[in-house]
Amino acid sequence: MIPLSLIQSTAETLMDKAAIEIPEDYLQGLQKASETEDGDLSSFVLKAMLDNYDAAKEDRRAMCGDTGVPRWFVKMGNDARVEGGMCALETALRRATANATNGVPLRPNRVHPLWRTDHDNNVGIGAPEIEYGFEPEGDWIDLITVHKGGLFGTDYRMLFPSDGIQGIKRFYLDSLMAFGKRGLACQPAIIGIGLGGSKDTCMVLGKRASILRTVGSRNSDPRIAEMEDEFKELGNSIGMGAMGFVGKNMVIDCNIEVGYCHTGGMPMSVHAFCLSSRRAVARIFPDGRVEHRTDPDWFTDYQRRETVDWNPVREAAE
Amino acid sequence: MKIREVRLSTTPTDEAIADLRLGDIVYLDGLMYTAREGVYMRALEEKANIPMELPSESAANFHCSPAARINPDGTFEMGAVTATASFRFAKWLPEWMAKTGAKLIIGKGGMSSKDYKEYFVPNGAIYLSTVGYGTGALLGRGVENVEAVHWNEELGLAQAMWVIKCNKMGPFIVASNMQGECLFERENAKITQNIGRVYEGTKPAVLKRYGESDDRSDEVIG
Repeated sequence: MIPLSLIQSTAETLMDKAAIEIPEDYLQGLQKASETEDGDLSSFVLKAMLDNYDAAKEDRRAMCGDTGVPRWFVKMGNDARVEGGMCALETALRRATANATNGVPLRPNRVHPLWRTDHDNNVGIGAPEIEYGFEPEGDWIDLITVHKGGLFGTDYRMLFPSDGIQGIKRFYLDSLMAFGKRGLACQPAIIGIGLGGSKDTCMVLGKRASILRTVGSRNSDPRIAEMEDEFKELGNSIGMGAMGFVGKNMVIDCNIEVGYCHTGGMPMSVHAFCLSSRRAVARIFPDGRVEHRTDPDWFTDYQRRETVDWNPVREAAE
Repeated sequence: MKIREVRLSTTPTDEAIADLRLGDIVYLDGLMYTAREGVYMRALEEKANIPMELPSESAANFHCSPAARINPDGTFEMGAVTATASFRFAKWLPEWMAKTGAKLIIGKGGMSSKDYKEYFVPNGAIYLSTVGYGTGALLGRGVENVEAVHWNEELGLAQAMWVIKCNKMGPFIVASNMQGECLFERENAKITQNIGRVYEGTKPAVLKRYGESDDRSDEVIG
């Protein structure tokens, strides 16, 4: 049984880490970009961002004034049990979100869409989102928080099989052009592409591809992995850099996730995770151990399973 | 090109503004206030009295809401500070400038050269862009003190009018000048030359969408 108080205290720590500490994989990606960038203005911007990450960590203040919209992904091993059950867990995550908004402090971004009213704590109707995933083995839970910022850098389109790869490329470029101008997407970013599913699933796939996968990770399907490399290069060949200034770094990495879709369609979504790629992860065990990390490790073989039964390939016991 | 760094007052002289060049890096000293849709609507549409002496106290309007809290004892805790996209406020800015004498509009993404020529230049105002976006922690370090928060009860923390004392707050980039030129449009024009090559081989989607533009050299704001 995983104690509820530990879930809440860990969640508060994660809120703090996500807002303040840039994940190592993204930091290394940006450092590499900074070394190759030769546009004078975009180069200045990347160096300023690297200074900014240091300042945030030194001062323990949020990296960016827009601290995004906090949300939670909960991954559970099949044998995990939570004190008080799942409704108690949801209350703990909502409380941690409110406490950390006031504590760090974060910007209370969440408002009612019509009345523009809020509770100054990032909690409200449907906020924070809490989404779940399961793994066949284990008695742990993973808490993952992502505070995605920005209003720009996301689009969806129903393409069709006859649009093909060239149609996918065009919509990808269109999204980068539209949201990259003037730097509205806060690039260079981790770009996530969702292909397939229904409209809503397609958006979820693309969003998760950008926020739940790390820089340097590759899809387990080698042909999709190849597309990820190609699309990264394509995005960086536009000639647009940070803030939409002339430059060669627009895409820190491109992650693609797929889901089975209607036989007649090929829905596609594009998402950009920003220069402050806020994500933090902790695994909590029933004995009270907490292990922090920044890789959500969301897309396991189990999450991408293709058939009815789950039959993990076991090592030969010879 | 060598990048030039400039210290600028938040109540700048006309000469200091005229001297700025597109792409200069600016650090600000003096009082600055945040104002975005909430403040504009309250001051311009609901005609509420602006709770500051403008522009004598400050001519710097920041399109921002900070990551901050008001402590129970009434003091403030301000962490990171970054801008929000300014093009959404074009509807209110001409009247706001006329009313407040704002000379520095500070935000994200800039405005169009049409905006600059129509009402920035005649008001002696220029646009400063935050960097990144956003260097929230660096800008936070430039906040010497939070002097006041106005209209918090009416608008909430994120939309309230924060009055900030800046001490070498920056970096910001000069994105418009007294000729009404736009840094982002200049950069977009350079990037546009490459569009044909990047799109080579791609084809339009089989199902069209009604939309506003199919020309990739177009600006998407304004």
